Amino acid sequence: MDKQNEILLEVKNLKKYFPITRGVFRRVVGYVKAVDRVDLFIRQGETLGLVGESGCGKTTLGRSILRLIEPTDGEVWFKTGKGKKLDITKLEDREIKSLRREMRMIFQDPYASLNPRMTVMDIVGEPLIIHKVAQGKEIEDRVRTLLKIVGLNPRYMRRYPHEFSGGQRQRIGIARALALNPRLVIADEPVSALDVSVQAQVINLLENLQVQFNLTYLFIAHDLSVVYHISNRIAVMYVGKIMEVGQAEEVYQGPRHPYTEALMSAVPVIDPDVKPERILLQGDVPNPANSPSGCTFHPRCRYAKKICSQEEPPLEDIGDEHYVACHFADDFSLKGIRQF
Amino acid sequence: MISYIIRRILYVIPLLLAVSIVCFVIIQLPPGDFLTAIESQLKSQAGLSEEESRKMVDEMRKTYGLDKSMPVQYLIWIKNIVTKGDFGYSFGYRKPAQEVIWERLKWTMIIALSAHLISTLVGLLIGIYSATHQYSLGDHLSTFLAFIGLSFPEFFTALVIMYLLVFRFRVPHVGGLSSPEYVLATWNWAKFVDFLQHFWIPVVISGVAGVARNMRVMRANLLDVFRSQYVITARAKGLKERIVLYKHAVVNALHPIIAYQGVALPYIVQGTMVTAIVLNLPTTGPAFYDALVFQDTLLAGSFLLMVTVVLVIGNLLSDLILAWIDPRIRYD
Amino acid sequence: MILKNERSRKKNSFAEPVKGEAYIQLVWRKFKRSKTAIIGAILVIIMAILAIFAPFFSPYNPLKIDHRASFSPPQRIHFFDDKGKFHLRPFVYNLKLELDPQTWKRIYTEDTSKRFPIYFLVRGWEYKPFGIPCKLHLFGVAKGGSIHLFGMDNYGRDLWARIMLGGRVSLSIALLGAILSAFIGSMVGTISAYYGGITDMILQRIVEFLQSFPQLPLWMALSIAIPATWSSLYVFIAIMMLFGLLSWTPLAREVRGKVLSLREQEFVLSAKEAGASDARIIFKYLIPNCLSHIIVVLTITIPWLILAESTLSFLGLGLQPPMVSWGVLLQEAQNLQTMGRHLWIAIPGAFIVITVLGFNFLGDGLRDAADPYSRR
Repeated sequence: MDKQNEILLEVKNLKKYFPITRGVFRRVVGYVKAVDRVDLFIRQGETLGLVGESGCGKTTLGRSILRLIEPTDGEVWFKTGKGKKLDITKLEDREIKSLRREMRMIFQDPYASLNPRMTVMDIVGEPLIIHKVAQGKEIEDRVRTLLKIVGLNPRYMRRYPHEFSGGQRQRIGIARALALNPRLVIADEPVSALDVSVQAQVINLLENLQVQFNLTYLFIAHDLSVVYHISNRIAVMYVGKIMEVGQAEEVYQGPRHPYTEALMSAVPVIDPDVKPERILLQGDVPNPANSPSGCTFHPRCRYAKKICSQEEPPLEDIGDEHYVACHFADDFSLKGIRQF
Repeated sequence: MISYIIRRILYVIPLLLAVSIVCFVIIQLPPGDFLTAIESQLKSQAGLSEEESRKMVDEMRKTYGLDKSMPVQYLIWIKNIVTKGDFGYSFGYRKPAQEVIWERLKWTMIIALSAHLISTLVGLLIGIYSATHQYSLGDHLSTFLAFIGLSFPEFFTALVIMYLLVFRFRVPHVGGLSSPEYVLATWNWAKFVDFLQHFWIPVVISGVAGVARNMRVMRANLLDVFRSQYVITARAKGLKERIVLYKHAVVNALHPIIAYQGVALPYIVQGTMVTAIVLNLPTTGPAFYDALVFQDTLLAGSFLLMVTVVLVIGNLLSDLILAWIDPRIRYD
Repeated sequence: MILKNERSRKKNSFAEPVKGEAYIQLVWRKFKRSKTAIIGAILVIIMAILAIFAPFFSPYNPLKIDHRASFSPPQRIHFFDDKGKFHLRPFVYNLKLELDPQTWKRIYTEDTSKRFPIYFLVRGWEYKPFGIPCKLHLFGVAKGGSIHLFGMDNYGRDLWARIMLGGRVSLSIALLGAILSAFIGSMVGTISAYYGGITDMILQRIVEFLQSFPQLPLWMALSIAIPATWSSLYVFIAIMMLFGLLSWTPLAREVRGKVLSLREQEFVLSAKEAGASDARIIFKYLIPNCLSHIIVVLTITIPWLILAESTLSFLGLGLQPPMVSWGVLLQEAQNLQTMGRHLWIAIPGAFIVITVLGFNFLGDGLRDAADPYSRR
């Protein structure tokens, strides 16, 4: 992906804190820092893969960007189709509604993300009705086209979601996301609930659609192999914070953050000559309500030194738009994955 | 946990206040009051002129504070209740309302608790039988009878039973708690026997629905427990069926029923109400009914308030008991 | 890797839906299996038909007074006449009033001199469904005869006809009350759970407040506040509103719990994400997914309101004569002596029991069937 491509979405210092209350008067005694000072950008037409363990705040980040949940603080700049740059976090509800046409989401669970009381036609046509872009017969025609695009037979558009398999349901979800010709699609673990064989089909569909409709993806996943395949750039998240961002090949082959290295070592490699060397992380993922001082990762990091528990490393560009949040980003030579 | 309890208790205070206001307002809703009736009585029966009777009644109003505005009347009422335990004056019985209620509360509680105990016990036993003999004739029959029991309006059950006793079994006197000849007699063996002969009737009538409900709850709970893994484990390790049933299954199936006891009290009290009205028992139900009909405002209001307060406190207790016994519920 | 190979699949091979049963089919299949549920449904349907077409099923005008026939007993349907001869068409005998020479009691005996065969779809008193005059009735006897299957009341009105009419009132007040209650309950529950925060706090306090009152005493106190001067229609509406406004809290709690779990589901989020308004989310996403709960609670509320109405009316606190409901009809049975001499005046009670039983059976079956994925 060209670096010259303009930036479509820029997240600056985004936070989402959930308050914890105690006592008779429900005093706020602390916060769960689900998303903590996140900086990110996505270029027009590229796919940014966002990886991290379950519960690290990926989904919350995705939803905060779309303001499906209200972020606590920070800015999210989006360049609209008309070329205007808007801070989404500051918009009124009405302004957001028009923006929702350009930014859509694909959900994780194909069984939970479709209203069981609506037909496929109603589900896919819903955005068209909400934004009043089509009516009557037009909706039906548009839905028919959309279903064909995602590889579903429009003959079954009067059926209910439970009559479809997981992969088919996810295609319905994709058709719904495409209905309004969006520019940015946030795909929240779109294949993690699917069988492996079906995963591949859906990933391929998403790749084809990206070319066909010039889409930009924020692709959230906990499965590195899936992300590698589709992403131009990768962002690694750990307990609400971004640890490393960079070009996919760079991050995979030469990770600069110990956490990324640990993640990479968990990827199964189908090569009899490569001896797998798994880095087993000690301890548990820290509680985001009470995250460790200094670098969040230091209690589990095998390279941790004294400074790591005292000072939080900033997310710094170590060259070529490769950002790492580690005090020793330049010092280690960490193992990546040479080949998939 | 502690903060949950404190919050829950603190919350009851404004609730009780609001409840007392509403009780007072509801009772004042019907137009006129008890004295309006007295006024017309004075005119027609005592032969007083319109002016004289109005003057008398107005004086009475002043004595009892009925000439004041409603908020003021409420404040006086609630102040006396809280500071002196004085619920106001009952015109119908010509004595303080709390005396009327206390007098009658004794019998209400005896009948209600007997009905509750018996119906719980019988209901549980039938429920256990039904669950252990699922799909047997006895199970089907008791389930069906439970449905019938829940479908009878209480007053109709009372009517049917009274009819059967009087016109089929020729019982000379039903209704009330004693035959006329014993009303004024002091307690002796004969009076006690006579009392028992009357006493069982309201207990059975108001217990019917309770038996049905308890039976159905117990049956469903027990069947659920039977399917649980710990009962399967108990059976698998070769425990005797009797021990599985009583030491494992029944004890666990009883939990919801025990938790229910906290809120049961007010339901018991209102449960016997209709029966008591139909049978004309010396309990609070008929007194409340009469007070409503004859606009004996403060008596009706006091009764409504008391049952409500009991209900609120019962709810509080059952919440606290549940918080206490159920370790799965967190209250932060 | 696998991913690459998959690409060779033909692009146009559409995925076919797997076969699955619609929710409603599953519910129906499970419902059908329960015999009691079917019996309940049949009882309810019969009662509903009798109530809707009450005048058609009544050979006599339920309001017509005939003092001479006060408390005349039910007439029996015969197939055999007094000589033991069988007649295919059932018939009734008229009743003869005699006075017992000793006790001066009124005694009714069958006048076996003349048979009155029962004819179907006959013309009788005029009634006006939707303002169209109509005289057709399901059954009746020839002129000079009478057919009072449930006897007469104190004023000599046909009890059969009055029970049909009373059923209309009793069922409709309970149904309307339950619908109002279901509406309020589901709206409050949905809004409470969907908006959460302060809205939820306030609505839950209201629910708790209403649940603090003991139901029966409260209803008694409120229904006595309905002015006696109001017309029957207003009293009907007032009682119905009372039922609706005071019985919605259990449903509100149940719906709230359900919506709280729905709200976290992705399809609700997806609606929000598509820019749907709150009203759209509530009415197209949340309520339809609670509908089975709402319907089940509705069928359980109706019998409970029938019982409440009959109790209040029996005590003289609910509907008042000349309005006719099953509870009002039973007011005559308040006096045990009257009931002892004229047992048939208790027949409305049997109708209450049967109807409530039917609804209870139906509700129980629906509750089990509404959750077709459970084991029971």
